[in-house]
Amino acid sequence: MLLAVAVLAPLFGSMIAGLLGRAIGDRAAQAVTILCMLLASVCGVSAFVSLVYGSATPGVVVLGEWVSAGEFHANWALRYDTLSAVMVAMVTCVATLIHIYSIGYMSHDKSIARFFSYLSLFTFAMLALVTADNLLQLFFGWEGVGLASYLLIGFWYDRPAARAAAMKAFVVNRIGDLGFAAGIALIFFIFGSIEFSTIFAGLSQHVNDVYHVLGTDFRAYEVIGILLFIGAMGKSAQLGLHVWLPDAMEGPTPVSALIHAATMVTAGVFLMSRMSPLLDFAPGAMHFVTFMGASTALFAATVACTQNDIKRVIAYSTCSQLGYMFVAAGVGAYQVSMFHLLTHAFFKALLFLGAGSVIHAMSNEQDMRKMGGIWKMIPLTYVAMWIGNLALAGVPPFAGYFSKDAILEAAWASHSLVGHYGFWCCLIAAFLTAFYSWRLLIMTFHGAPRADHHTMEHVHESPWAMTVPLILLAAGAVLTGFSFADQIIGEDWHAFWGDAIGVAASNHILADMAAVPAVVSMAPTVLGLLGIATAYAFYMVWPAIPGRLAASLPGLYRFLLNKWYFDELYDATIVQPASRLARRLWRIDGEVIDGMPNGVARLTADGSSQIVKLQTGSIANYAFAMLIGVVALVSLYLIVG
Amino acid sequence: MNQAGFPILTLLTFLPLVGGAIILTVRGEEAIVASNARWTALWTSLVVFALSLILWVKFDSSNGGFQFVESVSWLPQAGISYKMGVDGISVLFVLLSTALTPICILASWESITTRVREYMLAFLVLETMMVGMFCALDFLVFYMFFEAVLIPMYLIIGIWGGPRRVYAAVKFFLYTLAGSLLMLLALLFMWNTAHTTDIEVLMHTAFSPHMQTWLFLAFFASFAVKVPMWPFHTWLPDAHVEAPTAGSVILAGVLLKMGAYGFLRFSVPMLPDAAVYFAPFIYTLSVVAVIYTSLVALAQTDMKKLIAYSSVAHMGVVTIGIFTFNVQGVSGALFQMLSHGVVSAALFLCVGVVYDRIHTREILRYGGLVDRMPAYALTFMLFTMASIGLPGTAGFVGEFLVLVGAFKISLWLSVLGSAGMILGAVYMLYLYRRVVFGKLEKLDLKGILDLSPREIAIFAPLVALTLWMGIYPSSFTGFFDAAVGQMVEHHQAAIAATSKLAGVMR
Repeated sequence: MLLAVAVLAPLFGSMIAGLLGRAIGDRAAQAVTILCMLLASVCGVSAFVSLVYGSATPGVVVLGEWVSAGEFHANWALRYDTLSAVMVAMVTCVATLIHIYSIGYMSHDKSIARFFSYLSLFTFAMLALVTADNLLQLFFGWEGVGLASYLLIGFWYDRPAARAAAMKAFVVNRIGDLGFAAGIALIFFIFGSIEFSTIFAGLSQHVNDVYHVLGTDFRAYEVIGILLFIGAMGKSAQLGLHVWLPDAMEGPTPVSALIHAATMVTAGVFLMSRMSPLLDFAPGAMHFVTFMGASTALFAATVACTQNDIKRVIAYSTCSQLGYMFVAAGVGAYQVSMFHLLTHAFFKALLFLGAGSVIHAMSNEQDMRKMGGIWKMIPLTYVAMWIGNLALAGVPPFAGYFSKDAILEAAWASHSLVGHYGFWCCLIAAFLTAFYSWRLLIMTFHGAPRADHHTMEHVHESPWAMTVPLILLAAGAVLTGFSFADQIIGEDWHAFWGDAIGVAASNHILADMAAVPAVVSMAPTVLGLLGIATAYAFYMVWPAIPGRLAASLPGLYRFLLNKWYFDELYDATIVQPASRLARRLWRIDGEVIDGMPNGVARLTADGSSQIVKLQTGSIANYAFAMLIGVVALVSLYLIVG
Repeated sequence: MNQAGFPILTLLTFLPLVGGAIILTVRGEEAIVASNARWTALWTSLVVFALSLILWVKFDSSNGGFQFVESVSWLPQAGISYKMGVDGISVLFVLLSTALTPICILASWESITTRVREYMLAFLVLETMMVGMFCALDFLVFYMFFEAVLIPMYLIIGIWGGPRRVYAAVKFFLYTLAGSLLMLLALLFMWNTAHTTDIEVLMHTAFSPHMQTWLFLAFFASFAVKVPMWPFHTWLPDAHVEAPTAGSVILAGVLLKMGAYGFLRFSVPMLPDAAVYFAPFIYTLSVVAVIYTSLVALAQTDMKKLIAYSSVAHMGVVTIGIFTFNVQGVSGALFQMLSHGVVSAALFLCVGVVYDRIHTREILRYGGLVDRMPAYALTFMLFTMASIGLPGTAGFVGEFLVLVGAFKISLWLSVLGSAGMILGAVYMLYLYRRVVFGKLEKLDLKGILDLSPREIAIFAPLVALTLWMGIYPSSFTGFFDAAVGQMVEHHQAAIAATSKLAGVMR
C-alpha cells in the first residue's frame, strides 16, 4: 500500500502540473508536484524501513491485468522486496531534493509547470521500473524513463543542440532496448513466463536448454544474459552505446543530476541485480559484462581528464562509475554493485547540483576555463563540491570509499582473467577519477578569476531552495558509506537483502572479498590520493604542466579531447551511410519499384491503342476470334479437368 | 435469431445507405444542402456507431466461433447465400470502421467546401462497404464488398484530392483491382471444388496442397497489394498524399487492414499447407518492408508521405505476426492492426490540422509550433510515441507480441522485424523535432491557432483509445483470444493431418 502511494503520487503530480499547469499557474504546479513527491518519499522510506528493520514481509501487489495473449501474461503489479524498497527509498528521496532544488534553479525559466510535470513523470516511470514484478512492466518503466529523459534533455527545444541531443539519447537507447525486448522474448520462450518468481522457480529445469542462433547452439541463459546486457548498455551508457550521455548534458542541470547520474542510468545495474538468480548461471555473459564495465570505467575516466565543460566532466565520471558497478555485477557481487549505485546516487547528484550552483552563480557559464577564483564567494557550494569529490575519489570515510573499494576487492577476489582485467582497469581509473575530480575542483574554484568582470560581479551563493538539497545530499555522501556497508555487503548480507538478490550456491564472492590481501584493499585509496596530489601539482603548483603535456603529446590529447572519436566513427559508419541509403532507396522506390506498375500501365495503354485497330466491324473477324476463344477454353478445361 | 434479437449486422451495414438516401433528397441552396449533408452524415454515422456498441456489449468472448449470424438463401442451387456474422477476429474491425467514420466526417467539416453532399454520400457508402466486408460470411458477398470499397475511395481521392488526384486515384484503383481479379479466379476455383461459397464451410474444406499453392498465390496477389506489402506498396504514398485528410484517415485506419484481414480469414485457415510453405517468403518481404520503408520514410520531405511509408513498415510487422501461426504472433498482428488503425489515423489527422492552417505538408515549412499550439504538441507527441511503440500506448502491445511470436521462429526474424523500434524512432522524432520543436521563425506560423473545440472533439476519443489500448489492452485482446486460439489449433491440426497423409502416401 505504501509502495503504491509512493509510485502513483508522482504520476498524479505530473498529470496535475502537466495538464492543468496553465490553469493553476507555476507556483501551484510546483507546490502540487513537490507535495506529491514529499508524500512519495515518506511512503517510500517507510516502506523500506518497515521491510528491512520492521515486521513487513515481502510481497506483490497486483494492480490489474496488462497484456495477455495465450499463455503470455503480464500484470500491472508492484513487487515489494528489499531490492525494490531500497531503490524506491533512494529514488523518491533524491527526486524530492531535486524537485526542491529546481524551484531555485529554474526560477527564471518560462515553462516551469512543464518542467516539474516532466520531472515527476520521470520519477513515476523510474518507480514503475524498480517495483516491476515482471519484465514487461520493467520494460514499461525502462521506456518511460527514456521518454522523460528525451523530453527533459530537449526541454529547451529552441536550442538546436538540445533537440539533437534529445533525439540521439532516445535513438541510441532504442538500440539497447531492442536487445532487451528480444531478451524478454527469449525468457518467455524458455520459461513460458516473464514473471520474476516463475522465472526463478524454473531456473534449475532449464539450465541446460540451448537456443540456436548464428548457426550454433548456445546455452539459453548465456543468450539471455547478453541480450539483457545489451539493454543495460544503452540505458547505462556503457562503451559503444555511451555516446548519448555526454550530449544529454544539454538538459537543465537538475535533470542531469536526477536522470543522468542518480537514477535512470543506473537502471541497467538494477536490471543485473534483479535478474541475479538467472545471471549467476550465465558465466560467459557475465564475463562479457565485466569486460565491458571495466573498459567503460577506464575509457570514460581518460576522457574526463581532458574535458573543459564542467557538466561533461561529471557526465564522463558517471559513465565511468557505472562501469565500476558493472564490474561488480559481472563478477557476481550484485550487492556491491547495488551499494555503489546507492552511494553514487548521493554523491553524484551532489556533484551535479553543486555544478548547477556554480553555473547559476556564473551566469550560465559551463566552461571551466572561464571560471576560477570563486571559492570564497560561494563557500557552501565549494564545500559541497569538496565532499562530493572526496566521496567520488574514494577517500575514507566518505561513501565512495566503502563501495568502490569493495568493487576492486570483488574484482580481485573473482580470480578470473577478466576479473583481473576489471581490477586493473578500475585501479587505473581510480587514479584518473581523483585526478579529474581535483582538476575540476581547482579549475572551477581556485586560481585567478578568468571570467569577465561583469560575470564576476554577479557571482553569488544560491538561494536556500538550492543549498538545502546540497546540504542534505552532502550528508548522504558522508553517511551512506559507513552506516550501510556492513548491512549491504557484509557477511550477513542475507539479513538485509532477503531473497531479493539470489546467488547460486557456487557464488561466495562476498566471503572471498574479506580474504583479499591488504595491499589490494589499500591500492585504490592510495592511488586516489596520488591522483589528488597529481592534480594539485598540475593545476595549483605548476599550472604550466598540463599545457606542455598536451603540446608534447598532441595525438593523445586530441584523441582524448575528442572522446576517442566515437561520434565521428558512428557518423561515418552508420549515420551517413544510413541517410545515403535512405535517399538512394527513395529514388529506387520511385524509379524502379513504382516504375514496374507504371510501365505495365503504359504498355497496356500502348497495347490497347493497337488493339483498337482490331475493331474492324467485320462480323466474320469477330466470329473467328470467338471461335478461337471457345477452342482455347475447351482445351483448357480438358487439360485441367 | 442471434444475441442481439434483430439482424444487427445487416442493419449496421445498410443503415449508412439510408442516411445517404436522405442526403440525396435534400434540395435547395448550396449552403443549406451542404450543412444538411454534414449533419445528416454525422448523425447517421453516430447512430451506426451507437448501434455497433451492441456488438461490444453482447459479444460472447468465450466463443471462438461466429456470432450474430444471419443467413438468407440467395442462389441455393449454387450454394451461395447472403450470410453475415462476426467472430473475435472481425468484430473489432467493425467497431473500428464505425468509430472512425464519424471522426472522418467531423474532420471534413470545414476542409471540404465543394460538393459536400456528394462527399458525405461517398463516406456513408464507404462505411457500408467496409462494415459489410468485415461481416460477410459468404465469399461472394465478401468479394463484392471488398471490391466495392474501391469505388467510394476512388471518388474521394479523385474528386476531393490534391493536385495529382486523378493520377493517384486511377493508380490506386487499377493497382488494387488488378490484384483482386486473381482472387475472383481463386473464388471460382474454390466454389468449383466445394460447391459453396460459405466461408465457414470453406474453412473446413481440405484443398489439395498443390491446389493450395495456386490459390494462395491468387489470394496473395490481392491481399499483398491491399496490405500493402513490399514491393506492391507504391500506390499507397501517392494515394495518401493526394487524398483529403479524412480519406487518408480511413485509408490508413481501415482500408489497409483489409489485406491483412484477408490473410487471416482466407489464406491461413483455408490454405494451411500453402501458408506454411510460403511463410519464409512472407517473412522476407515483411522484413524488407520494415527496414526498407522505414529508411525511405527517413528521406521524406512531405509529412503525409513519411507517415504513409511508416504505415507500410507497421503493416510489415502485421504480416510477420500472422504468418508465425502462434497465438502471440497472431494476437500481436491483430492488435497491431487495431492500434495502427487508431494511431496512424490520428497521425494523419495531426497532419491535417496544420495543413488546414498553412496549406502545405512540407516538413521544412514548419518549426516551433509548440509555442503557439501546446495542446496540439501534446497530442502529436502522444501519437508519435504510440507510433514508435512506447509501452503504455497502443502501439507497444501488438509490436511486442509479434516480437515474442516471431521469436519462436527465429531470433533474426524477430530482431529484424522489430528494427522499426529503432528506425521508427528516428523518422518520427525527426518529424516531430522539425515540425513542433525549434524556434518559431516563419512569419505565417506566428499567428497559428491551437486546436479548435471541433478538433479536440476529434482527437479526444483517439487519445483515450490510444491510452486505453496501451494500459488495459486485455479489454481488446479478450475479444479475440478464443478465436485466435481456435484458429491456431485448427491450423496445427490441418498441418498435422497433411503430414500424416504424406506419411501414408509414402
